[in-house]
Amino acid sequence: MRERTRPVNRAAVVATQVAVTLAFLIAWELGVRAGRIDAFFFSSPSQIGATIGHWWQQGYIVKDVVVTMWETVLGLLIGGLVGIVLGIVLASNRFVGAVFEPLLVLLNSIPRVTLVPLFILWFGFSLLSKVVSAVVLVLFVVFFATYAGIKDVDPTLVANARVLGAKRWGVVRHVLVPSALTWIFASLRSAVGFALIGAVVAEYFGAQAGVGYRIQYSEAQLNTSGVFGGLAILMVLVTLVDTFIRWVQRRVLVWKPADL
Amino acid sequence: MIALRGVTKTFESGYTALRDVDLEVEPQRFVALVGPSGCGKSTTLSLIAGLDGPTGGTVSVRGKPVAGITERAGFLFQRDALLPWKSVRENVLLPLQLRGVRGEPARARAAEWIGRVGLRGFEASYPHQLSGGMRKRVSLAQTLVYDPEILLMDEPFSALDVQTRNLMEGELLSLWQGSGKTVIFVTHDLEEAIALADEVVVMTAGPARVKARYDVTLPRPRDIEQVRFDPRFTELYSKMWNDLRDEVLESYARANAAG
Repeated sequence: MRERTRPVNRAAVVATQVAVTLAFLIAWELGVRAGRIDAFFFSSPSQIGATIGHWWQQGYIVKDVVVTMWETVLGLLIGGLVGIVLGIVLASNRFVGAVFEPLLVLLNSIPRVTLVPLFILWFGFSLLSKVVSAVVLVLFVVFFATYAGIKDVDPTLVANARVLGAKRWGVVRHVLVPSALTWIFASLRSAVGFALIGAVVAEYFGAQAGVGYRIQYSEAQLNTSGVFGGLAILMVLVTLVDTFIRWVQRRVLVWKPADL
Repeated sequence: MIALRGVTKTFESGYTALRDVDLEVEPQRFVALVGPSGCGKSTTLSLIAGLDGPTGGTVSVRGKPVAGITERAGFLFQRDALLPWKSVRENVLLPLQLRGVRGEPARARAAEWIGRVGLRGFEASYPHQLSGGMRKRVSLAQTLVYDPEILLMDEPFSALDVQTRNLMEGELLSLWQGSGKTVIFVTHDLEEAIALADEVVVMTAGPARVKARYDVTLPRPRDIEQVRFDPRFTELYSKMWNDLRDEVLESYARANAAG
C-alpha cells in the first residue's frame, strides 16, 4: 500500500541538480585560474573537457567504450548464467545446499580486486582476464539472489498453490521460478555495476585498450586531466547502463509495487 | 463427512499444537472453530487440507484417511496467498489450468467468478494494486472457481477493517447459501463465528482440544448486521463466552509467563 505523499516537483529537482553540479565545476575552474588549486594535481574542468575532446578526435573513446562494454557484457552473461544455475541447484537440493552455500559465502568474502593481478598472470592481457574478473564479481550477486529467491519464497504461496492443485512441477513453475526471477532482476542493477567494475579494474592492471586502460595510462603519464576524463566517461557509461536496466526492470516487473 | 479421531500434532520443534482432538463435521454444514490465538485451529485446517500430516490419530475426509492434498477442498489463508506476479485473471485461472481446464471454458469461468465477487474491470490488475478487501475477494474467486466441496477458511477476514469485514462476511454467506459446500471457518472472534455458522466448536488453549460445541439455531438467510441484535444471538454469545473466557485467560497467563 502506497502512502499518498505530496509529489516532489521533478523540474525543481533537476534544475537544482544541474545548478549544484555547475556551481561545483565553476568553483573548481575558478579556483584553478585564481591559482588557489594546483592544476597539476587536480586538473580543471576545461582541461578535462579538452582531453576528452582530443580523445574523441583520435577515436579513442568509441574504441575504449566498445572494448569495456564487450568485456562487461560477456562477464555479465557468463557470471549470470553460472550464478543462476548454481542458485537453482543449491536451493533445490538440501544436502548440496548445506555443503556448498557456506563455501560460497566464504569465497564471496575475498576482496575480488586482489585476485585481478592473478587473473592477469594466468590469462595474460587478453580479453579473458577481464571477463574472468567481471565473472567472479557478477556470479556471487546473481547466485545469492537466485538462492534467496527460491529459499525465501513465502510458504503460504507454496501451500496455496498446492491446495489449488499444483504438483511438484506446478509449484516450481508457478511459484519458485517467478519468485527467483524477481530477485534475479532486482539484482541485475548491482550485477551490471559489478561487471563493469570487474572489467575496468582488470584493464587498469593490464590491458591494451578500454576505459580502465585509458585511466591507468594517463596516471602513468602523471596526466591528471586524463584520469578525470576516464572517470567522467565511466560515470556517463554507468548512468546510461543503469537507466537502461531500470527501463527493462519496469517492463518485466510490472506486477511489483513501484517503490522497490 | 470430515472426521478427526484422537488427532495429535507435535511439530519438529517439540511444540504440541493438538492433543487428542475428536471432531466431526457433517456435509453441507457451516462450522466455526473458535479458540484463543495460537491454539492449533490453523493446524486443524492444514491437516484436513492434507498440507501436513498428524503425528497421532486419523484425519479422514469422505470416509478415507487424508493422504496428500485433499481432493475438492479449498483453503482461504489468513495471509495474502495470491501470486503477486500474476494478475487477477491469471490468479483465478491458475487452479483451472492446474486441473487441465484450458482455453475458452476456463476463461469464461474465471470471468464469471471475478464478476461474482464484484471485481469486473480489475482483471488485469496485480494484487499489490488492490486493497486488502479486494485481494480477499480474488482469493475467494480463486477458490470457488474450481467448485470445491469443502471450504477451509483460516481467519480469512481478520486483517480487514470492520466495515469491509462485515461486507465480506455477508458476501460469503450469500455465496455459500444453497451451494451445498461444507465450511470450516476458523476465527478467534466469537461474534463472527455465531453470525456465520450452523455450529460453533470452542477449542481449549494449546495444545488444543475440543472444549464444547454449540448449535446456532438462528434462522437463515441471515443479515450479518441485524443478526447481532437478535436476543438468541446474545444468549448464545454469553453462554459461549463463559467457555471461551477461561481459555483466553489461560493462554494470556501462559504468554505472560513465557514472555
